[in-house]
Amino acid sequence: MSTIELTGVSRWYGNVVAVNDVTMSIGPGVTGLLGPNGAGKTTIMHMMAGFLAPSRGEVTVAGQPSWRNHEMFRQVALVPERDSVYAFLTGSQFVAATAKLHELADPEGAARRAIAMVELTDAQDRRISTYSKGMRQRIKVAAALVHDPEIVLLDEPFNGMDPRQRLQMMDLLHAEGDQGRTIVFSSHILEEVERLSGIIQVIVGGRLAASGDFRAIRRLMTNRPHVFVVRSSDDRTLGSVLIGRPAVSGVELTGQGLQVSASDYGTFAREVAGLSRDHGIRLTQVLPTDESLESVFTYLLAS
Amino acid sequence: MSSQPVSATPAAPGPRQKAVHPMSGLFNGVVIRLTLRGSVSRKRALLFAIPGLILIVVSALLKANATGSSWPPVFLGQFGFSVIIPLTALLVGSSVLGAEIEDGSIVHLLATPVSRLSVVLGKYVVAVGLTVLFAAVPEYLAGAIAKGPANKLTIGLFVGALAGAVMYNALFVMLTALVSPGRALAFGLVYVLLWEGLLANLVAGVRLLSIGHYALAIANSIAHNSTLNASLNVGTGIGMGIVVTAAALAIAVNRLSAFSIKGDIA
Repeated sequence: MSTIELTGVSRWYGNVVAVNDVTMSIGPGVTGLLGPNGAGKTTIMHMMAGFLAPSRGEVTVAGQPSWRNHEMFRQVALVPERDSVYAFLTGSQFVAATAKLHELADPEGAARRAIAMVELTDAQDRRISTYSKGMRQRIKVAAALVHDPEIVLLDEPFNGMDPRQRLQMMDLLHAEGDQGRTIVFSSHILEEVERLSGIIQVIVGGRLAASGDFRAIRRLMTNRPHVFVVRSSDDRTLGSVLIGRPAVSGVELTGQGLQVSASDYGTFAREVAGLSRDHGIRLTQVLPTDESLESVFTYLLAS
Repeated sequence: MSSQPVSATPAAPGPRQKAVHPMSGLFNGVVIRLTLRGSVSRKRALLFAIPGLILIVVSALLKANATGSSWPPVFLGQFGFSVIIPLTALLVGSSVLGAEIEDGSIVHLLATPVSRLSVVLGKYVVAVGLTVLFAAVPEYLAGAIAKGPANKLTIGLFVGALAGAVMYNALFVMLTALVSPGRALAFGLVYVLLWEGLLANLVAGVRLLSIGHYALAIANSIAHNSTLNASLNVGTGIGMGIVVTAAALAIAVNRLSAFSIKGDIA
């Protein structure tokens, strides 16, 4: 029962389509909802959490429609993206208040355990207004976990966290996922996926662009050709040298220098300097051109 | 450990035990406490006291200087019920729900199984309580300054002000559930100043749809003072007041059940 089902879900605002005919099924374990900003993943997240009505299609969470269904939150938890909590409360007051809203038998005890899980016990008696962004993020997660939900939805949970906190949060999500919970998080930072060993759903332009095991999709992402713009003292000679290398799949001579497509990012980056030196060519620029997230996602969309 | 809500042990997630109170009631203590703390911890709370203070200070000045005795029902009744009480209720009523919608913290409250009726009622009773404190009590104090603490007019104004707090806040809580917080304040001001302050006092027909005049009718049923200019009878005032209050709260509950977060747009 701890599954999330989207069937032919679209959402539009006036003439603008934010989510376009998305069908997906998310079961227990950790699932990442990935995509560039504005791709529609937050809209999908809000529809799952019952904070937005689908314009068309059906969203069911734990077997119930999510829209206009607050009873759903007995099994479901949401960690909203906005950094807005009751900042006048201490961390433990906030989590305990949430436990009381869920009518738990021992709200203080549940709050203590949830706060320990996010490693905020030392800061639990401080007001949330004194917390860093990462700490606020974690106290929201503690509040979400306090009632032991089957499904946890986290909207951009890694925002504002340093790498160590991200790692810890990812470990926590995995631990929860391993217990059979359905954990869904959204993110626009691909690096976060590297730590993930679950399923990812890639949303681009309001559509489901890729879906499945993260390793397969990550391979797609690392195997895509990387395009560099290279400038040197002798572009034509350098080009002829580079095209002979297995790591290079194409070279084009342009007015702005050499446009090099590398099929193997790492090897090309290691080889280019040595090759130039061996041929007496002076490199003035090696610029990756397509490192933006948009291009990675666009590549996924095309493949 | 297995029955505890959050367990670190990797137990299989079976049906989790929850202590559900047999009757959780319409009024949720946690919602009320959170709302109260949130409302008074904001800087805006200082504004709540201003209309009531004006009422008391001006009454003291009028008492010291005025020659006639007709000002208390005019100032405390007509002006108080159509401007001071609604302004206080607007400041309070738009803040109990509006401030949380504005900063997004309402999501934490709504992402729980607490019924939307309990959320609205929790916000509403805090708004009524604060309006009683910051407007109805000043009405009584100002009345006591003008006429004495046990005077019929003083008591009538106080009871009318209580009724005003109950009715106006339902309207303003509904307004914040309907439109964005900034607009709620603007619409509320236009409504208070134009409808209640101006039209209801000039156009007799508008009074049937004026909360200020429902409150005046209730005040007049105790005070029996013709200068209050209460044109509705008390039955109409109470009846219409109940209808308006119940309808406004029902609309607020319905809107909050469909509360949407603005999402990203592709």
